[in-house]
Amino acid sequence: MTQLPGLLDTEAIRKDFPVLDRVVHDGRKLVYLDNAATSQKPRQVLDALNEYYERHNANVHRGVHVLAEEATALYEGARDKVAAFVNAPSRDEVIFTKNASESLNLVANMLGWADEPYRVDHETEIVITEMEHHSNIVPWQLLAQRTGAKLKWFGLTDDGRLDLSNIDEVITEKTKIVSFVLVSNILGTVNPVETIIRRAQEVGALVCIDASQAAPHMPLDVQALQADFVAFTGHKMCGPTGIGVLWGRQELLEDLPPFLGGGEMIETVSMHSSTYAPAPHKFEAGTPPIAQAVGLGAAIDYLQSIGMDKILAHEHALTEYAVKRLAEVPDLRIIGPTTAEDRGAAISFTLGDIHPHDVGQVLDEQGIAVRVGHHCARPVCLRYGIPATTRASFYLYSTPAEIDTLVEGLEHVRNFFG
Amino acid sequence: MYQDVILDHYKNPHGRGLRDGDAEVHHVNPTCGDEITLRVKYDGTTIGDVSYEGQGCSISQASASVLNELLVGKDLAEAQKIQETFLELMQSKGKIEPDDAMEEILEDAVAFAGVSKYPARVKCALLSWMAWKDATAQALGGAEAERKTA
Repeated sequence: MTQLPGLLDTEAIRKDFPVLDRVVHDGRKLVYLDNAATSQKPRQVLDALNEYYERHNANVHRGVHVLAEEATALYEGARDKVAAFVNAPSRDEVIFTKNASESLNLVANMLGWADEPYRVDHETEIVITEMEHHSNIVPWQLLAQRTGAKLKWFGLTDDGRLDLSNIDEVITEKTKIVSFVLVSNILGTVNPVETIIRRAQEVGALVCIDASQAAPHMPLDVQALQADFVAFTGHKMCGPTGIGVLWGRQELLEDLPPFLGGGEMIETVSMHSSTYAPAPHKFEAGTPPIAQAVGLGAAIDYLQSIGMDKILAHEHALTEYAVKRLAEVPDLRIIGPTTAEDRGAAISFTLGDIHPHDVGQVLDEQGIAVRVGHHCARPVCLRYGIPATTRASFYLYSTPAEIDTLVEGLEHVRNFFG
Repeated sequence: MYQDVILDHYKNPHGRGLRDGDAEVHHVNPTCGDEITLRVKYDGTTIGDVSYEGQGCSISQASASVLNELLVGKDLAEAQKIQETFLELMQSKGKIEPDDAMEEILEDAVAFAGVSKYPARVKCALLSWMAWKDATAQALGGAEAERKTA
């Protein structure tokens, strides 16, 4: 078995993930390499969900009975865990949403309805990048269409990185918001946050970071990042689906208007008007995803028991190994950085002229789960002149042996369609 | 799923390339990025030609080739019968085992029976057929209601 420096004890970790024991298609051992789409869930998270429903289920922030108080304590306890996980200065800066898409849409809508100095209108500009997930493109397109603001973006270099050579022309005095991805879900690129934020701060623009592919894989410190908003989702970091996070700077959350109205987000309501609860509740209308928040809290406990720095080192070692092994496959072209430097553990590639759907299907027959398609980042495929890619993505339970299986699987694909 | 018939059509497609037509449509399968541009040419109600250009997986491309082979030269009513039978097979979730009668109608297209077990791939197989239906409605001035994408 291949031993690489920095690897975690995957034998022990994998025992926590029941689904990894599955066999598929006539006795093939599951090789799950679709972690950028969603991660698997450890027993600890599944138990927390079960225990919540079996022992504590109630609605939160209302009612004085024991279950309501327990449910509220668990839900708010999860907020404390998230706040500590991202090193937020205050727990009130952590807004629960249903996923990262909702978090990003929330920011776009806060700004669309905001007063000066935050207001996005026809005299202002919005900046994104060509490597964004659709969830960090479409909300800004909608905002631009509705307000008349101009949407601008950074292009990409041939080796899969942001082209910041024209940064002073892209981010200008007119820029109100710069929203970009920390780690690309399709290219794997880790972006140079500091350079972009420095320029945004020069012109007084707000900065929103999509950390969906970062939060699960590396230490995340919102104070060190110096962004104004950070969005991520729970299900990619061992948590359940249906729970996302938006962290925002407190003074902004105080100033910016709510988006969704409803229960829980109010202070008082009359038939003529309402006043609003302070953040984060101002942005959490309606019954929130309570069990899912509790599950995310358990996921954070689990990840921290292993250590985010160790998970980062593990995935870096795997990525180094994977780019080396994939380079041995004839006709394989990595779309994105070809080394592990400033790179996450999602690796997209094409294999000759074989369509990624066919690659994925034949890999599936061998028990290997990868993602195929444009990964909700179609502009990246257009940029590199390809219809789609195959993507293998790793996590804390992934092993070098699984990468070997992938490489053997790709050889089989080549023979099948060759 | 990857029957030899499918791989043969994928590697040696019938009637590929765009030629003269009465109507042209462009259909995409947004989940995977398969694309097809398809033209139909009618001589009265007889299908004179179905020409196409596209990119995508082996299933989508082979399906277009089979469509060309099956439909060119047929009368519209007969072609619609083939299209409907193929649609029924593809939507069967693997539950239809094609019998002799179905095989007589669908010929090479019965090879796609296995694809119907894979929900993610059914749209690949149907892409060209839905494009053909759309193009036919346009060429023959068919009802707007017919203009549905896959």
